Amino acid sequence: MHEIAATFPILSTLIFLPAVGALLIIFFARPERRELIRWSALGFSLLEFVFSLYLPLTYDTANPGLQWVERGVWIKRFGINYILGVDGITLLLVLLTTLVTIVCVLASWNDIKVKFKWFMAMLLFTETCSLGVFMSMDLFLFYIFWEAVLLPMVFIIGIWGGGRKLYSAIKFFIFTFVGSLFMLLGVLVLYFYHGAATGVYTFDSTILFQNPVIPAVQFWIFIAFFLGFAVKVPLFPLHTWLPDAHTEAPTAGSIVLAAVLLKLGTYGFLRFSLPLLPNASMRFAPLLMVISIIAIIYGALVTIAQKDMKKVVAYSSVSHMGFVMLGIFALNIDGFRGGLLQMINHGVSTGALFLLVGMIYERTHTRNIGDYKGLMKTMPVFGAFFLITVLSSMGLPSTNGFVGELFILIGAFQAYPLYAVFAVVGVLLGAVYLLWLFQRVFMGDFFYNGKHVLEDLCFREIITGAALLILIFWIGLCPKVFIKSMDASLNEVVRLVDVNSKKALAAAQPPVVAAVEPQAPASRVGR
Amino acid sequence: MIFNNAAIMQTLNVNLNAVAPVALMTVLAIVLMVIDFFLKRENKFSLGIVTLIGLVLILPVAATTVDPAPAFGGMVIADAYAAFFNVVFIIAAIFAVVISNDYLRKISSERGEYYYIIIFATIGMMVMASANDLVNLYVGLELMSLSFYILVAMRRSATGAEGALKYFILGAFSSGILLYGITFTYGFAGTTNLTEIARMGVNLSSANHYLLIAIIMLVAGFAFKIAAFPFHLWSPDAYEGAPTPVTALLSVGSKAAAFAFFLRFFGGAFHEFHAHWAGLLWILSAATMLVGATVAIQQKNIVRMLAYSSIAHAGIILIGVVVMNGFASAGVMFYMFVYAFMNMGAFTVVALMARNDGTGKSISDYKGLAGRRPVLAFVMALFLLSLAGIPPTGGFTAKFFILASAIEARYYWLAAIGVISTVISLFFYAKVIFYMYMKEPDALDDMAPVTQAPSTLAYNIIIFITAVSTMVLGLCPTPVMDMAIAAVSHL
Repeated sequence: MHEIAATFPILSTLIFLPAVGALLIIFFARPERRELIRWSALGFSLLEFVFSLYLPLTYDTANPGLQWVERGVWIKRFGINYILGVDGITLLLVLLTTLVTIVCVLASWNDIKVKFKWFMAMLLFTETCSLGVFMSMDLFLFYIFWEAVLLPMVFIIGIWGGGRKLYSAIKFFIFTFVGSLFMLLGVLVLYFYHGAATGVYTFDSTILFQNPVIPAVQFWIFIAFFLGFAVKVPLFPLHTWLPDAHTEAPTAGSIVLAAVLLKLGTYGFLRFSLPLLPNASMRFAPLLMVISIIAIIYGALVTIAQKDMKKVVAYSSVSHMGFVMLGIFALNIDGFRGGLLQMINHGVSTGALFLLVGMIYERTHTRNIGDYKGLMKTMPVFGAFFLITVLSSMGLPSTNGFVGELFILIGAFQAYPLYAVFAVVGVLLGAVYLLWLFQRVFMGDFFYNGKHVLEDLCFREIITGAALLILIFWIGLCPKVFIKSMDASLNEVVRLVDVNSKKALAAAQPPVVAAVEPQAPASRVGR
Repeated sequence: MIFNNAAIMQTLNVNLNAVAPVALMTVLAIVLMVIDFFLKRENKFSLGIVTLIGLVLILPVAATTVDPAPAFGGMVIADAYAAFFNVVFIIAAIFAVVISNDYLRKISSERGEYYYIIIFATIGMMVMASANDLVNLYVGLELMSLSFYILVAMRRSATGAEGALKYFILGAFSSGILLYGITFTYGFAGTTNLTEIARMGVNLSSANHYLLIAIIMLVAGFAFKIAAFPFHLWSPDAYEGAPTPVTALLSVGSKAAAFAFFLRFFGGAFHEFHAHWAGLLWILSAATMLVGATVAIQQKNIVRMLAYSSIAHAGIILIGVVVMNGFASAGVMFYMFVYAFMNMGAFTVVALMARNDGTGKSISDYKGLAGRRPVLAFVMALFLLSLAGIPPTGGFTAKFFILASAIEARYYWLAAIGVISTVISLFFYAKVIFYMYMKEPDALDDMAPVTQAPSTLAYNIIIFITAVSTMVLGLCPTPVMDMAIAAVSHL
């Protein structure tokens, strides 16, 4: 039994199971059999989730390295391999992805009217590709999944979106494609410099982590990686595709976009930019923290001005993802913890907000804030769900948002105290737009500018929302479990950044100069 | 007899093995001409079947005839490199022939000469790929070009005549320039044999102006054949005017033939002067990529769009020629191989969608295709994504190798321009995909092209083969890439 467990390709199974499900649905379900399609999609996403629970159950929290590793040679001549692995950084992201897919299937239960089976297939393809991004440890394989995840998402926005769906889909496609192609150039530069320096030409990141390239080259690779990752995050000023894509996407599309796809960017920074390019990361960190703070405050201010509920949530994503970036580029363990936890939190809370906005939109087909008032009276359960999610999103203690933001602020304070002060302003502004949204829509006397009957949530909707609400409190009340699962791997990132930056400096300097005491670390301590 | 025949045979090195594929193709063409003579007009389709059988039989011969020693007094060289390109040409010809049968019936211009002129064009390409002498190259080039001039005009319509005439006049002019370049080469080197030129290359003064003039003229001649900016103006009209299968063969075959010689010429004989011609090709490559991709955006006709896209592709492939090391050359060969499949696939769908009167080629005719013909829309999307270079398709892998070779040789700016051109080209590829999946058909055009497009067995087979190959080349490029690298190592 243990033998089987050791050799069974659990990660490959996890990646490709949804794709198999999608193909089965495409080929064997007739379009008019909606019941069959939705139940089999739900079945596959549930099966996938159950399989993914195998990971936390057998996960070794003390081991910072990759677990359940699978290795295979793909294109030998160019050192391209098929390497999968999960560690503390990706464990939670994988679980988030598998959970969110269930939520998405349930959210589109009645929401999607046309080409239903293709929609479900696209959702499952998105899951396959995002899991592939999280698990690939070979940069070529990573890039393949990174690009591939674009396609189902573009189709979800472009086919099932509303309003200016074509415009939004094209904008999303072009923005991310530009970024990723420059990232590809960066990967190639890294590959050839590493090969020339060590004689080993490989895309295997576990080998690339051992020998960082010299800082001068890191500088350019970092910019290339930055373009690829920052567009996905999306970091100010590359965020303009996000409001369009979010607003026009169907509910499930918005959820998966917010909960999973935005995480790919921050994940890329944490996983690849920092250990591979430590010197450049340190050099750019202050700048990136400033940009993050601009994103936090600018995103929050723009959010306040929105009249459309979905736009509120969309722009709040810009602000929240700014927090994640702030934590990651604080370059210390607390910042990493907060950044990674906030990635999960944002997935849960913003995913839940999109879900709830989608529920009301499904009933009334309007998201205009001015069309509603005092919904608490007619839809108390919905109101309660919304209130909890809003509070979690603004980081109320005992909810998940508080833990994540706290760690980020601690991390940022250790790096640059002043930046943490500015970031706190963002937290305050977050409270403003979220509470104001809640007040305008749910408080006061009931008013609805339309003819539809406003029914409270049905059983399916309660189940869907509850799945995310449980996580909000679970992370909020006992964050220790979650922090513990990521600590070993995050400490490894801290160590790699430290060790690799010294290695790269040593490699860049001729042996004679290396005898002189390096100045740079001393000056960093001084501030 | 004054001469001893055996001695002449010795010096000339008459090695029939080296020309076996070309000889067999010629036999095939002659057989077709004879059969054509006895066939009634309504039975011309059987010529297509004979052509197909002949090509399929010759394919393994062309793939295996490898004899790296120059034959016929150094005129011909049948190495693995030539064999690789021969395979590309014959595959492209097979695809063109298979879809021609139905297409010619659709536009009711079934004619026997069509098939053997395709064979002659292919022979011209094969001669170019195995030419080791500029004179022999020129013969192959002219054979190919003259055949294509006729093929482009085959439809006997106004657009066909316009395209063919533009192609012919400009093509004849560029042939003249190329020939002038060859004479200059002869002038400074005293020979037209590539092996000889390569041998004496080191002895020549690097500041030889005649050499530079020769290079410029040869580049201009070939740039015309691959439709590189600013020699590209004929291609959209010729592509639009020609019967679609011919367009497909023209875009794949004549381009591959020109690149085959490009690599042999600049990688072998002129490799010593890399510094002289690399800059010229750098500019040509960058301009071609950007112009092709930018102008394609404005096109409303899908054939014209694919014409400009093929110009952009020529620019990308030129990156590999600029870099010109083993890896880059293999990348160019791999690119041509993948391009044969994805471009042929795309043109097959276009041929299928075209209506009897030659319409149905507008991009707006593709609106809502996914709703009516999901499989057709899906494969078209696959070909377009591959042309755009999105993983995990063959087009991505091919582009990846080319960009990687540029990065390796530190042509960072050229690689960056390649990326920018790829991004620009996403606009028009994605536009067709979006039209197919996210738009409803126009009321006037409703159903017309889609219902009049019967998927015959021939179309289905070609679409299936090209689609599967496009995917397989993306997921496991190793066998073909290894073949290309092995072939390049003998150059």
